[in-house]
Amino acid sequence: MTSATFSIWRGAAGEGKFFKYTTEISEGMVVLDAVHKIQAEQANDMAVRWNCKAGKCGSCSAEINGIPRLMCMTRLNQLPLERPVTIEPMRSFPSIRDLVTDVSWNFRVKKQIKKFKPRPPDVADGSWRMQQEDVDRVQEFRKCIECFLCQDVCHVLREHHKHEEFIGPRFFVYVAALEMHPLDTENRVEELAKAKGIGYCNITKCCTKVCPESITITDNAIIPLKERVVDEFYDPIKRLFRAIRGQ
Amino acid sequence: MPEYQKFEHDVLVVGAGGAGLRAAIEASAGGVTVGLVCKSLLGKAHTVMAEGGIAAALGTVNSADNWKVHFADTMRGGQYVNNWRMAELHAKEAPTCVRELEAWGAVFDRTREGDILQRNFGGHRYPRLAHVGDRTGLEMIRTLQDHGIHQGIDVHMECTVLSLLKDGDRVVGAFGYDRQRGGFLLFEAKAIVLATGGVGRSYKITSNSWEYTGDGHALAYNAGADLMDMEFVQFHPTGMIWPPSVAGILVTEGVRGEGGVLRNSKSRRFMFDDIPEAYRHQTADNEEEGWRYCQGDKQARRPPELLTRDHVARCIVREIKEGRGSPHGGVFLDISWIKEKIPNAPEHIKKKLPSMYHQFKQLADVDITTTAMEVGPTMHYIMGGIRVHPETQMSTVTGLFAAGECGCGLHGANRLGGNSLSDLLVFGKRAGKFAAAFAKEHSAGTINTDQVDSIARSALEPFERGTRSTDAQGPYQIQHELQVKMQELVGIVRTEPEMLKALEEIGKFQKRMRSVAVQGNREYNSGWHTALDLPNLLTVSEAITRSALERRESRGGHFREDYPNKDKAFGEFNIIARRGPGGEMKVVRQNIPPLPAELKQIIEEQQK
Repeated sequence: MTSATFSIWRGAAGEGKFFKYTTEISEGMVVLDAVHKIQAEQANDMAVRWNCKAGKCGSCSAEINGIPRLMCMTRLNQLPLERPVTIEPMRSFPSIRDLVTDVSWNFRVKKQIKKFKPRPPDVADGSWRMQQEDVDRVQEFRKCIECFLCQDVCHVLREHHKHEEFIGPRFFVYVAALEMHPLDTENRVEELAKAKGIGYCNITKCCTKVCPESITITDNAIIPLKERVVDEFYDPIKRLFRAIRGQ
Repeated sequence: MPEYQKFEHDVLVVGAGGAGLRAAIEASAGGVTVGLVCKSLLGKAHTVMAEGGIAAALGTVNSADNWKVHFADTMRGGQYVNNWRMAELHAKEAPTCVRELEAWGAVFDRTREGDILQRNFGGHRYPRLAHVGDRTGLEMIRTLQDHGIHQGIDVHMECTVLSLLKDGDRVVGAFGYDRQRGGFLLFEAKAIVLATGGVGRSYKITSNSWEYTGDGHALAYNAGADLMDMEFVQFHPTGMIWPPSVAGILVTEGVRGEGGVLRNSKSRRFMFDDIPEAYRHQTADNEEEGWRYCQGDKQARRPPELLTRDHVARCIVREIKEGRGSPHGGVFLDISWIKEKIPNAPEHIKKKLPSMYHQFKQLADVDITTTAMEVGPTMHYIMGGIRVHPETQMSTVTGLFAAGECGCGLHGANRLGGNSLSDLLVFGKRAGKFAAAFAKEHSAGTINTDQVDSIARSALEPFERGTRSTDAQGPYQIQHELQVKMQELVGIVRTEPEMLKALEEIGKFQKRMRSVAVQGNREYNSGWHTALDLPNLLTVSEAITRSALERRESRGGHFREDYPNKDKAFGEFNIIARRGPGGEMKVVRQNIPPLPAELKQIIEEQQK
C-alpha cells in the first residue's frame, strides 16, 4: 500500500481553509474514493455531495488541483501524487460547507426558460416521426448530466458574477436542445439576446474543455444560437423591415 | 422542544426518481397542491443510472409484439408470483406512458421509419426497449424533471423523511430534515406517495448509491404497512469488478443485447451449458443463431446470455466457484468479438454503448472495442416492497401510496430488464392520480406534536453521545459491517444456518446502533445522515432475511442451496413482513388470488 496526501478545503459559508489528510491508496482509486476513505476514517462530518460514482449523475463536481472535474471520474494515477492533491468546492456558487456548494441558482434559471412546445402529432395515434439524423445533434445536448462544471469554469460567472444577466453554458446547451428539437415550435431567440445574456460569451471554449460528457458546447450549441440571434436581431434587412413596421 | 419548519401540501411525494416525478406530475394535473421531497438534488436519483431502456409493447420493430406478449413475459420472468393485475395494467399502459415522454420532449433513438426504436433485452420475446443509446434513464428523468418544473410542484431538494405521522389509521404527514442546514421539517399532507427506490446499501457489492437505504420500505413498515416479497432480491449479473473501488457499478444488459457474449477463463460460452427448460424452445442452441437474433433476424432465437438475470447471475457464480473465473474473480463479457462479424465494429460499439465505452476507458483503462470486460454479479434491485392495491397503489395504510422500486407486485420473483422504467411511469402515474383523488375527498388530519417532538429528539441523540459517550460507535463502521454480513449470509446463494446467523448479527447491529455517535454540527454532516439511515437499513435487512427463511424453495431472485428446486406449493402465496403488536417483525403468508381465465389463456398461448 502506498499513501497520498490530500489538501481539502473545509469550512462553511465561504470561511475556511485547507486541511491536509494522508491516507492509503490502492489501484484504480478515484479522487472520490480517497475523499470517502478520509471521511470514514478521519473526518466523519466532512461534507461531500455524490451519488452514482460512475460519471452519470453529475453530483460530485469540484476543483481538483485547480481544474473543475468530477471527483468520481478522476483517477489518482492521472495526478501527480508527490505533492498534495488539492480539492476545493466549485467557485461560481456560494459555499455551503466543505466541498458542497449551493447550486440552486441553476434550478431557478432553468425554470425561467420557455418549456418544450411540440407541433401537433404526425400520426393519428398521437405520435411523431423523426429521422435519426435529425435528432443526432439534440441527443448530443441531452447527454448533459447537469454537473455544472461548465458554469463553474465560465469567467462570466466565475470572475464577473453575472448570474442575474447571464444563464451560462449549461443553459445555452439546454436552450439549444429545445430550439433544435425537430418537434419544438417555441421561439426563445429574443429572450436569449435580451434576458439570457448570450452576448457575454466570448467563445473561449473553457466550458467545452471541462465537459465530462464531451459535449461540444461552444461550437455546436452557443455559436449556432449566437448566429440565430444575429439573424433575427442584427440582420440589416430585418432591422429595416422592423423599423418600417414600427416594431 | 426542537424547532421545525412547517409545510402544507395536499399530496406529498417522497422520492424524486422516475416514479416520484411521474406521481408528482400526475397529482398536480389532478388539481391539488403537491410537494416533492428529494434526498439528493433534483434529477440525480438512481433512475439516471438506468441504461438499457423502457419496456413497452409499442411494436415498432416487430409488429407481432403486443400487451399480451409483454404480460406473459413479465409473469414468466416473475415465476408467476407476480400480482397479475399489476402485470396486466403495466403491459397495457406502458406504451402510452412512453409516448407521453415523447410529447414532453424525450428524444429516443429512431427506426428507419422515424418511429421509436426498440432493442432486445433478457426475457423479452421481441425487441421491446425504447432507448437512447445506453443512457435511457438520464433521458427519462431529465424529461420528467424539465416537464415537472413547470407544473407548480414545490420541490424540497436534499431533504430526508425520518418518519410518517398518523392520525388514527390514516397517514397525515411526515417529519424529516434538510441536509444542507440540518433543520427539521414538518410536512402536513392529506395523502403521501412513497417513491424512495431500493435497498442496495444493505449489501457490500451494489450498483446503488448511498441514498438507497430502504427509507420508504422502513417508513411504511413503521407506519404499519405490509412489506411483501422481500426475499426476492435481484443481483444483476454484470457489474464491474475491477478495480476494487468501482466494484458493483453496473454494466448494462444492453451489451449482451448488442451481441456481447459471456466466456469463462477457458474461453467457453458457458451460458449454452445450462438453459432452463421453460426457455429452451426460445433460446438459440448455437452461436450463429444467437448472433443473428442480435442482428434483428426475426426467425432466430435469442442467445442464452439474454436469459433472465437471476439465472445468468447464478451461472456466473458457478463458473467462478468452480475455478473458471477471470483473474479478478469474475467472468469475461466480450463485445469486441463482433469485429469478426461487422465492419467498423469499434465505431458501432461506441455509438450503441457510449457510456459503457467511457466507463471502462476512464475507470478501468479497458477499451471495450478491443478487450473483454471482467464482470460479476452486483446487488441491483429489490422486487419486494410495500404491498399496494394493484390499481390505486394505496398501501395497507389509509392515505399512504407507493410506486416504483419501493412498491411491489409487478415483478414477482424476478424483474425483467427494462420493466423497471416502465413500472416507474405506469404506477407512478397511477399513484399520483389516486393520491390526488384521495386528497380531494379528505380534509387535513391532526398532527401529534408529542410524536414530532420525540422523533426530533431521538434524531439528535447521536450528537449528544458524540460528546459524552466512551463506547460510542461510528456510523460508517456499522453500515460497512452490516453490508459485509448481508453479502455473505443472505446473498445470491442462501442457506438456513447462514440466515439464522444473519438474524443474530442484525440483532447485534440493532444494539450497537443505539450507541451510535457523531461529531460536528448539523450542516451537511454525512456522518449524522449515515447514522439516521441505519435503522432503515436494519429494518429492510431483517425483512429480507426473515422472508427468505420462510420461503423454503428456490424461485427467481431467491435461491436456497438447501431447497434448490422450485416448489409448486410455494407458488401459491406471497410472503409478508409486518410489525407485530410488541414491535417485533412478523412474517405471514398471503395467498395469491386465482388468475382470471382470460389471463390464464394468454399465458398458455404464449408458452407455445
